[in-house]
Amino acid sequence: MKIEVLGTGCKKCSELEVVVKTAIAQSGKFVQLEKVDDLMKIMEYQVLSTPGLVIDGKVVSTGKVLSVDEVVALINS
Amino acid sequence: MWYELSKAFVEHTIGVQGKAADALHFFLYDTVKIWFLLLTIIFTVSFLRTWVNTEYVRAYLQGKSKLYAHAAAAGFGIITPFCSCSAIPLFLGFLQARIPLGVTFSYLISAPINNEIAIAMLFGIFGWKITALYIAFGLMVAIVGGWFIGALSMENEVLIDVTPMEGRLKADIVRLSITQRAKEAWHYTVDIFKKIYIYVMVGVGVGAWIHGYIPTDFIVQYTGEGNPFAVIIAVLMGIPMYSNAAGVMPLVEVLTSKGMLLGTALSFMMAVTALSLPEALILKKILSLKLIALFFTIVGSGIIVIGYLFNAIL
Repeated sequence: MKIEVLGTGCKKCSELEVVVKTAIAQSGKFVQLEKVDDLMKIMEYQVLSTPGLVIDGKVVSTGKVLSVDEVVALINS
Repeated sequence: MWYELSKAFVEHTIGVQGKAADALHFFLYDTVKIWFLLLTIIFTVSFLRTWVNTEYVRAYLQGKSKLYAHAAAAGFGIITPFCSCSAIPLFLGFLQARIPLGVTFSYLISAPINNEIAIAMLFGIFGWKITALYIAFGLMVAIVGGWFIGALSMENEVLIDVTPMEGRLKADIVRLSITQRAKEAWHYTVDIFKKIYIYVMVGVGVGAWIHGYIPTDFIVQYTGEGNPFAVIIAVLMGIPMYSNAAGVMPLVEVLTSKGMLLGTALSFMMAVTALSLPEALILKKILSLKLIALFFTIVGSGIIVIGYLFNAIL
């Protein structure tokens, strides 16, 4: 499984990255995490409000900092 | 009811009188009132916005006729969230969907003017009439300003090459249960409130001090009819104050109650929200200085015209 956090360096984006790291640790799964700050790549995902969360190439959330529980639920589904 | 209650508390429970009592009562009454309204209004707006996100707005605006698109873009600016940190992806994403530059600017002007904090503060301080006027004028500046920028064909001033996408986007409303929406809205409200409650206190505190101690003549002389440049000065002063809309508006209340003209006050508040230096710095990564300067000039002059117009009518 591969998770990408999309964001160009705003405060919310780094907050989400921390949440995702915690969620991955909690889920106990093997997950590859990547922080994407290249604008062109973010545009390719059609995300207009950062931070965006992408799991296996699919955008699952935009514009908000999810809670750890929410991210764990997304990882497990 | 809260007015009498807080007055009784200051005069009898704490037991101060005179000017100090006046100032303290004003502080207590205003802070709590504004806090309450902020919580209610931000919650309502963020609850409504769980239906519509920026992606939806983009899909909706795609391929709409120009005049209609300007108005719709400005209108969407009221309910959608806006954070200057996502100004860039938003801007490029709109152009990618072949939404004209001018329409994109209409949205970009309207979204920060009509943000929920400004609306809540205005409503709490000045009541619904002034709030409605503020929103109406904000929409006007956004529509006319965006149209103007569009008419100047500045597409070459966008520094990043945007490849237009093929086909049409699908406008999907966000699907969530009502409880989830309420939960999300509540989280957002608490988040915002934590960031601004202290500014409200400081703003009201300084306001209470002016209210009690600075003579009315002084304020009238500098911000009232006595100063023909008041509107222009107010707009220039509003530019660096972006992040403190919550702290600035209680001050404006006191100044207007002591003789600052309402048009000057409206212009000042619009400049605080619409023209922000941090946003300009962020946009500089993708827009030429010329276009940013033009954007500030057009919006700034629009706001100044509105201020003078309003002062002349009332």
